[in-house]
Amino acid sequence: MPHALSPLPKNRFGYSEAEHLLARAGFGGTPEQILTLADMGCEDAVDSLLEWERVPDPGTDGSQFRSDIMTPLTRSQREKRQRARRSGDEAVLEEFREARQARQREDRRQMRDIQSWWLERLIETPRPLQEKLTLFWHGHFATGYRAVEDSWHMMLQNNFLRQNAGGNFRDDLVHGIIRDPAMIKYLNNNQNTRKAPNENLARELMELFTLGEGAGYTEDDIKEGARALTGMTYRDDTFAFNQRNHDSSGKRLFGRSGQFDGDDFVELIFQRPAISWFVPWKIHRFFVNDAIDVDSDTKRAVSRMGRTFRSRSWEVRPMLRELLCSSWFYDDRHRRTLIKSPVQLTVQAIRSLGTPARNINRLNQACGVMGQELFQPPSVKGWEAGRKWINTSTLFVRENTLVYLMTGRDPASRAWEASRGGWSAEPLVAHLRGLADRDEVVDVVTYLSRLLLGSPPTDGSLERWIAFARNRDSLDNETLTHLLSLMTAAPEYQLC
Amino acid sequence: MMDTAWTRRNFLKRGTTLASLASTAPLFIQEASQAMSLPSHSLLTSLAGVPQERVLVVVQLGGGNDGLNTVVPYGEAEYYRKRPQLAIASPGKGSDAAIAIPGVDGLGLHPAFSGMRELLDEGVGTIVQGIGYPNPNRSHFSSMDIWHTADTSGRDNGWIGRYFDNTCPGTPKAGAAIALGNTAPLAMQGDRSLPVSFEMPELYRWMGGDLGGDVESTWRSMAAPDPSAPDTNLTFLKRTAMDAMVSSDQVRRAAALTPLATWPGGDLSDQLKMVAGMIRADMPTRVYYVTLGGFDTHANQEGSHQRLLRQVGNSLLAFNKELKAQGNDGRVLTMVFSEFGRRVGENASGGTDHGTAAPMYLVGPMVKPGVLGTHPSMTNLDDGDLKFTADFRQVYAAVLKNWMGADPDAILRKRWTPAPVLRA
Repeated sequence: MPHALSPLPKNRFGYSEAEHLLARAGFGGTPEQILTLADMGCEDAVDSLLEWERVPDPGTDGSQFRSDIMTPLTRSQREKRQRARRSGDEAVLEEFREARQARQREDRRQMRDIQSWWLERLIETPRPLQEKLTLFWHGHFATGYRAVEDSWHMMLQNNFLRQNAGGNFRDDLVHGIIRDPAMIKYLNNNQNTRKAPNENLARELMELFTLGEGAGYTEDDIKEGARALTGMTYRDDTFAFNQRNHDSSGKRLFGRSGQFDGDDFVELIFQRPAISWFVPWKIHRFFVNDAIDVDSDTKRAVSRMGRTFRSRSWEVRPMLRELLCSSWFYDDRHRRTLIKSPVQLTVQAIRSLGTPARNINRLNQACGVMGQELFQPPSVKGWEAGRKWINTSTLFVRENTLVYLMTGRDPASRAWEASRGGWSAEPLVAHLRGLADRDEVVDVVTYLSRLLLGSPPTDGSLERWIAFARNRDSLDNETLTHLLSLMTAAPEYQLC
Repeated sequence: MMDTAWTRRNFLKRGTTLASLASTAPLFIQEASQAMSLPSHSLLTSLAGVPQERVLVVVQLGGGNDGLNTVVPYGEAEYYRKRPQLAIASPGKGSDAAIAIPGVDGLGLHPAFSGMRELLDEGVGTIVQGIGYPNPNRSHFSSMDIWHTADTSGRDNGWIGRYFDNTCPGTPKAGAAIALGNTAPLAMQGDRSLPVSFEMPELYRWMGGDLGGDVESTWRSMAAPDPSAPDTNLTFLKRTAMDAMVSSDQVRRAAALTPLATWPGGDLSDQLKMVAGMIRADMPTRVYYVTLGGFDTHANQEGSHQRLLRQVGNSLLAFNKELKAQGNDGRVLTMVFSEFGRRVGENASGGTDHGTAAPMYLVGPMVKPGVLGTHPSMTNLDDGDLKFTADFRQVYAAVLKNWMGADPDAILRKRWTPAPVLRA
């Protein structure tokens, strides 16, 4: 009997399947890129995305940024401040305060540069699935700059997630994330000590990173897990284990007793049954279907993912390969049904339409207003995604961002900016020009709506767009751009 | 909503100009189209004090506000034992001491929460003590979901959403519920009701229309969603797109008004100022939702908590002044909550961890002013946490029954005795 993720038959992988694959396992692409994938066949197409090491990465590794902006004070500086406190030397104290504020300002500025650096990577990368998974793990191991207050640590975490995006979930990602300075700071584990345990990391490690809320653990397991994690901290930019703060006495976790430390805690978590469900379900939501409710077919598919995950010792790629090669993934019920994340919307528009990226800082701001500021998820729960991306306001911002990309019209100012224009939609439709015995308007509008929306809408929109184009003197670049503004404002455009 | 201008029969009589829409457009679109052709005051009934004119403003303090350092139990020695670093001194003991509450012994306000003292003095502020629920959940998200759903499993839609589902059968109205912020809160999501939400009113419109009049008009002729279509992401997007178009003009008109009071500035102040503008513009909105985050004070709590409480107190005070100047204060009840309080004992990081029961705050001339309810015991604790003395759903029940004129049992899915927090 075929299992829930049986492979897609070879002859079923065509242009629209390749388009689906590139949108979900990447950020979409041009018709030429989609055709190239379609010609490879399903397995090779999936591998070309999944085995990204084969493709050179021309992007920078972030080493151009400054690592020392938020470096803690040296011993002699601390002593100087201590003396000033004791003697009440307000002038010296004020100097320290001002220096700190200056460093924080500088660090916030660098954080914006790092946001732009990542968004540029997302736009430019020849390894779309690596960046897409990095984005997934960022939302999964959500860490926000406002609490971390160290842009270099955020950048280091981003590189950690990128390097391990297709690695081993247990050995690389989970054991690694509890050593990550940004995460340790974000969930206060640097303050989790033998004398005063802080439960934040222990709780989220189970609730959000591995098992899912309440899935096979108790409040006592959180308390004991917190004790196991005591002493795991960081010094400057690297993980440090503080033996003095570690509680090495006996603990009782999930009904078992031992002198568990943080790594033991992780190993014990991976022996809980729920470990096979929660992360595969989140990956399924991210790549296949963003509904919160799980129907019986989805349950079978996710269970199969969990089996593969477990049998391949928590390696990410075999599970993902099976999913992306499955009939289930390409099933009609999943096509053009996933609500694009703000980053997906923005990056896919640029990569598939070939618009200029305009002002990358503006795009970062726009993603933030749409609800997805990079390096600043709303909470440790990450982005809820799906319909939570959409309300009347974010929908306007989404539509306006597309207008901005195509026309240079700045969404945050009323005036047209000098950066206006500079993009031609003509290459998208050049092959439809001047064909004999064809209605060019119908051809162009129908083709563009297929390119942007998958298929022309059947609710009368197509007819309205054709009428709009016919009322213009010519189907020039301005008319094309205006048509595309209307089409990207169609509700269908929000789906991939 | 039974406003006579909005009954279905009335619409059918008067809606001949929209006849062509009637078979396809959802009702709220027809109503919104009609509303635009009516003078705005007719959106409201003319009788003062009837439920149609009443507004609820919900203020969410995200992260878990430390109730014990907001309303300070300075009469309890245990408070000072458990909080050697963070405890606030009794009134009169120095410049950082608690603010006394007249007529109340042993309880004071955080020194930065003076706005609340003014509201109490005016007889328009209420502190409801010891609010919580059984088997408290200490996860932000789960506890917030519990407050939003009014269900201790957290698995339901929102209580405000259900209020609209129950009181406006078949006619969810765009703009009946407005949330300020990036995402509409779960509390406002019903089966049918769709909250409007936005951060900046001036950007709350489609700019493609600036490209040309024919672009704008083609966009405005977008198809209304088929009300019988299955509930897919696409249907959801179509409904939202239509809502956005309808509510955009209304909201931007309201935002353009100049305030009548002086506002302190800050995130919460800006949001309440916007809400006050929309109330003044006679928008048909019954519930507004605003949020302020940052209350998750695990470390170095002192300074951040002080800034937060100053903003909350002063913003609520300015809001009340603005509404009074408008003559609208009698129409608006404000309810402030957080998903939980903090543990009784401070932690070693100069902060407090997730706890349980904490006070709620109500503002408006319709409240029973003062400090109500029972303060939880500081010594009879549940694993280091306060035991709640009243359920938050009793406060919801009071708001629904005594203010919104709704049947709380149906909305809260259970009978809760309304807390006696509002004047009869």
